[in-house]
Amino acid sequence: MDLTYTDEQKAFRDEVRAFLDEKLPKRLSDKVAGGKHLVKEDYEEWHAILNEKGWLGVTWPEEFGGTGWDAVQRHIFEEETTRASAPRIVPFGVNMLGPVLMKFGSKEQQDHYLPRILSGDDWWCQGYSEPGAGSDLASVKTSAERDGDHYIVNGQKTWTTLGQYANKIFCLVRTSKEGKPQEGISFLLIDMDTPGVEVRPIVLIDGEAEVNEVWFENVKVPVENLVGEENKGWTYAKYLLTHERTNIAGVGFANAALQNLKRIAGLEKSGGKALIENPFFAAKMAQVEIDLMAMATTNLRTIAAAAAGNAPGAESSMLKIKGTVIRQEINALTRQAVGPFAMPFVSEALDEGANVEPVGPDYALPATQSYFNNRKLSIYGGSNEVQRQIISKAILEL
Amino acid sequence: MNFELTEERQMLQDGLRRYLRENVTPEALNEATDSEAGHIPALWDGLTEMGVIGALFTEDDGGFGGAGFDLSVVFEEMGRAGAFEPLLETGVLAGGLIADIGSDAQKAVIEEIVGGKILSFAHTEPGARYDLEHVTTEAKKSDAGWTLSGRKSVVGHAGIAEAFVVSARTSGAAADEDGISLFLVPASADGVDIRDYAMNGGGRAGEVTLTDVSIPADAILGEEGQAYPALEKAAARATAALSSEAVGLMETIRALTVDYLQGRKQFGQPIGKFQALQHRMADVLIEIEQARSAAINLAGHLDAGRVERERHVSATKNLIGRAGRLVAEEAIQMHGGIGMTQEYALGHLAKRLTMIDHRFGDTDYHLERFIRLSAA
Ligand SMILES: Cc1cc2nc3c(=O)[nH]c(=O)nc-3n(C[C@H](O)[C@H](O)[C@H](O)COP(=O)(O)OP(=O)(O)OC[C@H]3O[C@@H](n4cnc5c(N)ncnc54)[C@H](O)[C@@H]3O)c2cc1C
Repeated sequence: MDLTYTDEQKAFRDEVRAFLDEKLPKRLSDKVAGGKHLVKEDYEEWHAILNEKGWLGVTWPEEFGGTGWDAVQRHIFEEETTRASAPRIVPFGVNMLGPVLMKFGSKEQQDHYLPRILSGDDWWCQGYSEPGAGSDLASVKTSAERDGDHYIVNGQKTWTTLGQYANKIFCLVRTSKEGKPQEGISFLLIDMDTPGVEVRPIVLIDGEAEVNEVWFENVKVPVENLVGEENKGWTYAKYLLTHERTNIAGVGFANAALQNLKRIAGLEKSGGKALIENPFFAAKMAQVEIDLMAMATTNLRTIAAAAAGNAPGAESSMLKIKGTVIRQEINALTRQAVGPFAMPFVSEALDEGANVEPVGPDYALPATQSYFNNRKLSIYGGSNEVQRQIISKAILEL
Repeated sequence: MNFELTEERQMLQDGLRRYLRENVTPEALNEATDSEAGHIPALWDGLTEMGVIGALFTEDDGGFGGAGFDLSVVFEEMGRAGAFEPLLETGVLAGGLIADIGSDAQKAVIEEIVGGKILSFAHTEPGARYDLEHVTTEAKKSDAGWTLSGRKSVVGHAGIAEAFVVSARTSGAAADEDGISLFLVPASADGVDIRDYAMNGGGRAGEVTLTDVSIPADAILGEEGQAYPALEKAAARATAALSSEAVGLMETIRALTVDYLQGRKQFGQPIGKFQALQHRMADVLIEIEQARSAAINLAGHLDAGRVERERHVSATKNLIGRAGRLVAEEAIQMHGGIGMTQEYALGHLAKRLTMIDHRFGDTDYHLERFIRLSAA
């Protein structure tokens, strides 16, 4: 048992730190640290900086232009980038579609799409969920009917994150109604510029439109955009979900949020004392920190096992639940910490360059919005109820 | 022992519920927050006509209610509808303070309030958090009367108030209970600057800056420097009102969530058939009943002695805060993605419920206060 990094891993960590010191634009880290709204160009800028260094394909093998890092290196990278308040890597192309194409895509698809993911020529979004198919994803209805060398796609996807920025969408579509629902699903790549695709924003409770509805009306998609075999999409979708669950614990995000909370609790005063010295508040903060310390080690245990070649299974469901609950608690405490200034909704003040006078201290502005926005953490990526279902079946065999 | 409403209150409840159900829609609420008024003026007029504002004042003061249970009935219905009219600011805070310590001449304004005049209460300051005694706004005697300077934060409906009840220090240090005075200040007075903004959970509020605002000598409410006990009492009544509003919000959230559990199908059955969700909804129900009882406890003790009243204030607000968070979070979770959207009715209600914890002291503030008061 040894809880420390090896010398090699420490050297790697120093390399990542040096890179971030030098290359992470202050404009971007200020926005992330201040809870400001990031826009498409911000993500693109950061992706390009990482790509130039060869560090965008964090989870990719070297043969596809990735880093070839092992699980510990990926963890260190994640730890350091979140500590430095770097923007997150938008996961849909790099972390979701990329691995699926590497495993199941044709040589042509790999050669065409993978470089475009890294270069930023394509921005992908994820078209899985539908109004009627959320937790029960296998019930997707969006249909793709074969017509010569095209599929004709009809239906609706929803909750499509950042679909407003995307030029491509990977979709689960129904190509057969025979047999079990899982057996009639295919994995299709769709160009969002094709006639018949329509994107409509959905405003969430934080007042922002980060998700969308995507409608398809007789959309013609070339058959070569099918990934793998027809009606085998469910297998690929599940494979993708295991990748969606890498870094699912969000330890880095939680640490950053906790540091921010402590800073605020040091500045807010109640009854003449800093909130951080208030035993009631301090106890809650300590409780969540203690949970986080243990979870960080659970996460490392999973990572060590993965580095030794054991693919994470139901363990990732535990990390998903614990990780999201911890982050949501930190968000709730942050909202609590800012006191009455949790109430004003001055969203424009979170836009870069906005000429709006904030209300209350700067740090108060994003607190309520982040709290409500992060209620999503326990809903998406397989809801926490669905994860409990997985644990009770796969680990407990109940 | 009797937990039934009196006939008058039952009529008020029925009438108000019907009126609000027919006149408040989620779309209208969303629009109102974005509008300049920050509420629904036609609704305010309707409430005025129904006599709802009068229900917040005693007969002696020109109303026909004014007891704790009158507040509960009115605010529970407002919560049920998710409405955010300036009822608390006008009827309970500013109006309540005038009724409590105003002179007969000053009380003349209550008739106008009952008739729809909107007032607000400018008390909380930027660094005050929930400390009621934290007042640094200064009131100095002048030849004309008083000169006020200072800054007030998150003043509800500040942009539409015709006048404010303003707290200011006439003596003592920032955190002294002694030395706080209340003044009636017209919004149109020179030196009153308002920056208004939208609120999470609906409605609008504002930062009110007072720069050498000159008001006449008779604008002071009650005795100079002795306003703290009245402030505490007004905060107690406001907490009772907010607690009942929270219960109303919880009831509507519960109804929406139960409907959704019954109607939403996944894996070929209503999600309400999953035991994991059934048990959680059962817990939500239990906590809502706890919240209702807590709100009743407070409403029934508003006229008790100071310590007993304040112990109930803190007990109730603490429980309402805890229950409110559970109900809002569980409802969103059990709705899945739909619960995250602005358009669906739940979002507004959940936000409004959550924000109640940020008014007049949060869960922890009142837990600590409850312990202190219990030891006394
Ligand atoms: C902000 C946000 C971003 C998203 N981004 C994307 C995206 O980019 N692409 C995409 O495809 N999807 C995306 N999603 C969709 C997300 O994956 C779904 O919301 C999620 O799968 C849940 O589905 P649902 O919303 O339909 O809820 P439902 O499946 O209807 O669930 C409602 C409730 O029932 C519970 N439940 C369901 N089944 C069971 C069961 N068997 N036992 C116990 N409880 C159960 C759920 O846990 C939940 O609490 C996003 C969602 C959100 C909120």
